[in-house]
Amino acid sequence: MSEINNPKAKHIKLPEGSVERQTTTLNLGPTHPATHGVFQNILELDGERIVSAEQTVGYIHRAFEKLAERRPLYQITTLTDRLNYCSSPINNMGWHLTCEKLLGVKTPKRVDYLRIIIMELARISDHLICNSVVGVDSGAYTGFLYVMQYRELIYEIYEEVCGSRLTTNMGRIGGFERNFTNAAFEKLERFLSEYPAVLKEFENLFNRNRIFMERTIGAGPINAERALNYGFTGPNLRAAGVDYDVRVHTPYSSYEDLEFDIPIGRTGDCYDRFLVRNQEMWQSLRIIEQAYKKVQEFKGSEAEIYHADAPAYYLPPKSDVYTKMEALIWHFKIIMGETEIPPGEIYQPVEGGNGELGFYLISDGGRTPYRLHFRRPCFIYYQAYSELTKGAMLSDAIIVMSSLNLIAGEMDA
Amino acid sequence: MSLTNETVKEKLIAKFGDQLTRFEEPYGMLGFEAPRDLNLKLLQFLYEDPELNFQFLTDLTAVHYPKNQTEGKGGEIAVVYHLHNLRDNLRIRFKVFAPEEKPDIFTATQLFASANWMERETYDFFGVNFIGHPNLKRILNVDEMDYFPMLKQYPLEDQTRIDKDDAMFGR
Repeated sequence: MSEINNPKAKHIKLPEGSVERQTTTLNLGPTHPATHGVFQNILELDGERIVSAEQTVGYIHRAFEKLAERRPLYQITTLTDRLNYCSSPINNMGWHLTCEKLLGVKTPKRVDYLRIIIMELARISDHLICNSVVGVDSGAYTGFLYVMQYRELIYEIYEEVCGSRLTTNMGRIGGFERNFTNAAFEKLERFLSEYPAVLKEFENLFNRNRIFMERTIGAGPINAERALNYGFTGPNLRAAGVDYDVRVHTPYSSYEDLEFDIPIGRTGDCYDRFLVRNQEMWQSLRIIEQAYKKVQEFKGSEAEIYHADAPAYYLPPKSDVYTKMEALIWHFKIIMGETEIPPGEIYQPVEGGNGELGFYLISDGGRTPYRLHFRRPCFIYYQAYSELTKGAMLSDAIIVMSSLNLIAGEMDA
Repeated sequence: MSLTNETVKEKLIAKFGDQLTRFEEPYGMLGFEAPRDLNLKLLQFLYEDPELNFQFLTDLTAVHYPKNQTEGKGGEIAVVYHLHNLRDNLRIRFKVFAPEEKPDIFTATQLFASANWMERETYDFFGVNFIGHPNLKRILNVDEMDYFPMLKQYPLEDQTRIDKDDAMFGR
């Protein structure tokens, strides 16, 4: 077919050569319901096979790194919320750890354990979303709706701890803004007692499900060597068989005190990624139980500690601000961002929900960072997408995308 | 855990001599500076040396130091590489400096597939021209943008400006 024969269609101006072409171009995204987030894939299809894929990112770029250069440290926490918004407490804690390392603030053990509890809850909620969405994309909606009530419970715990749910802005440099309430611990206990059964049911629904296995085994595989070359981290790298976990390799926040395993996969396909995430949720539960036990061991005045003694960065209690001069001065200096940050250069990684989240902070001794760079795991591993989906079916493209746990907020910074 | 900062430093000095400068260990991570035409040789040496094995590119970004010119150091833009040896669990960081008018630096995409987008991002925000990059174009910003926003001469908008009258956004 060399030209359009219908004279009525003459007004339709098609790009040159588009009629003769044997392949179809499909814009998947940026607002396609199957792309969980605002990013675009331009797929070149031969029938239903993907010949090539080109990704476009940056639709929700918000210039966090530039904004951070004009903000005092405590105001940057709200920027980190909006990176991986499925597990924002991990980002918050990672940022506080970065600041504390730079400022030389030593956090008490109780704060570390409370942070671990929160970070692991965040990891569970992150993996929960990712895995249940993999289920949705393979046609199983039930799991998604069922586990959602436990994400809700996790969000209720966040609410008890910091007052907000999604973009948490949780914690401060040196600890938490207030002690955990009894209601928070009660909800945590409820979660610990109810969730294992739910996770077991969730696994029963999927792990040996014939339809699910046929859809995911062999979809978007990557071997360990390619995964490392592509900068994979987190569950996606572990699914390819590399036991790299920041919590073990570069322990932070007293993770070294706790006992847990690193689950790994073998083939790096969607099925292995799914299994690794499920196993990680079991490990997270294990970690939370241990950390909670350690928190309960603190008695008396020790059980009241929820922040480090860092007056230059941690806001004093309001009653002191009204009655004591030093507290008033610190309060003013912190709120106005008039505290000088010691000069230094630092890279602090944490194990985020989808990989190694790194904070590269340079301070020149001013009141704001000289340069702040976020190592955003899914931005780095999303480039492997075209290699992962080459030759696959269109429906595999969707499931590979969701099983990679891509979060547009983190990708675009 | 056999590899230490000292061993890495010794091996690097044995190979490259005094071309590498300013070795330091802020917060325990070995960092140094290298001339910019050496970046690829350095990455390759760190990658292929059987003992060093820095085969994971953790991060690649840039920093703008506009004062470097006036102080006569040469090179306002520093491209920063974070490498990780996963076997011995050791991280290092090094910087190469390029002048702002002509920030040409060899690409690392032949060694690390992950460098592709990180270099595009660095180009997008700092204008670093990675020679040999397969697809060096903007990634997060709009294609029509005609400047590199992370350079220090582009400040954030003044929060107190009053010349804007935007009824829609209320300022």
